[in-house]
Amino acid sequence: MMTPIAATEAVSIEIGGTVFALHTRHSVFRGLIKDRYAGFLGNSLSSDFAFDIDLYEPSESSLADADLEVKVESGEWVLKRGDFTARWHPDTRHGYIRQSYSPYAIDCVLRIVHSLILARQGGFLVHAASAICGEKAFLFSGVSGAGKTTISRLAPPDATLLTDEISYVRREGNRYLAYGTPFAGELARVGENRCAPLSALFFLEKGVQNKIEPIAPVEAIQRLLRNILFFADDPELVKLVFLAACEFASLVPLYRLVFFPDQRVWDVIR
Amino acid sequence: MAEKYIARSKAIAARKLGSEMMIMSAMDSTFFTLNEVASAIWQAADGRTPLSEIVVGQICEEFDVDPERAQRDADRFVDQLSRHGILVVSDQPLVEFSVSSESQ
Repeated sequence: MMTPIAATEAVSIEIGGTVFALHTRHSVFRGLIKDRYAGFLGNSLSSDFAFDIDLYEPSESSLADADLEVKVESGEWVLKRGDFTARWHPDTRHGYIRQSYSPYAIDCVLRIVHSLILARQGGFLVHAASAICGEKAFLFSGVSGAGKTTISRLAPPDATLLTDEISYVRREGNRYLAYGTPFAGELARVGENRCAPLSALFFLEKGVQNKIEPIAPVEAIQRLLRNILFFADDPELVKLVFLAACEFASLVPLYRLVFFPDQRVWDVIR
Repeated sequence: MAEKYIARSKAIAARKLGSEMMIMSAMDSTFFTLNEVASAIWQAADGRTPLSEIVVGQICEEFDVDPERAQRDADRFVDQLSRHGILVVSDQPLVEFSVSSESQ
C-alpha cells in the first residue's frame, strides 16, 4: 500500500561524520527511515549531502536481487538495481532516489554513496566487524562465515560494538578512525554511533586455539582488497581503492587472528 | 626477430613493497605481484628501451642470469602481462606511453 503523502520533510542520517538529508513527502516512509537508523539521526540543517526520495507505485516491480549497476554519466553517479534508481552529483552534493517502499533500497544507496565518498578521501567500507575497547578500535575482517558475528557476540561488556558486518574506515592525517555503522549483519543490531582511532585489523580464521599471527604485507593487502566494498565499474576508483588499501596497510598493523569461539579470544586481542 | 618495446599501461595502479611490486588492473581489478626480477623489467618499461636491452643491460647485470634464459623468461612475462592489459607491447617505440622509470 502506498504511504500517505505529506509535505516534503527531511530525515538526516549521520554515518562516519557525514550527514545525509533524506527528503521525502511520504511520512510513513520517513518513520521507517527514522526507525531503521535510530542512533544515527543527525541535524538536517547542517547536512553534507541531500537526496530527494520518491517511492514506486505499488504496481511496479521491485527486485532487490537484480544486478546492481553503478556508473558515471556526465559527472553524475547513476545507481540502479531492481528496487531503486538513484542519481547523485558529488559537486552539487544533491541526488535523487526512486525506490520501492523498503529500507533495503535506501540502505544499499547509502552504502554505495559512502563508499564513493570515502574512496576520494583514502577511506573505505569493508566487510568487517569492529569494536572499541579501551578507546582503541579493532577491525575483524572476513568473508561470510569467517566469524564476524561470532567475534561481535563474544565482545566483553565494556566493548562498544561499531558493527558486526560493514566497518567504516576514514583516514585522518596519518591515522585511521573506525566509525560505527547502522549496516547490520546476522546480529541484526545496528552499531553504536561512535568512533575511535584504529589500532589493528585482524583477518579472522576459526581454529582450535586463540593466536595472533603476522601476515605478509602483500597477502594482507590482497585480503583487504577482497573485503573492501566496491561497487563501481570505474577505473579511476579502482586505482583509488588500491592505493587506499596500500596506504592503510602501511599505517595500521594487520594480523591473522585464529580463534576458538569463546570469550578468551578477547584477552588475546586487547 | 622484431624488437619489442614495452610500456606500462596507464590503466593500472602499482605500489612497490620491499622487493615486490603489486599491480592492480583498473579495468578488471586483477591483482598481480611481481618478484624482484619482474619488478625490474616493469620499472624499466619506459616505452623507449627495447626489451632485449633491458634484459642484457639490467636483468643480466643485476641478477647474474644467463642472457638466453633471461630473454626467454622476459618474453613470457611480457606476454602474460600484455594479455591482461598491464603492459603495452609494440615493435616500435611507444612514445605516447613513455614515462619516467620513477613514476608509478
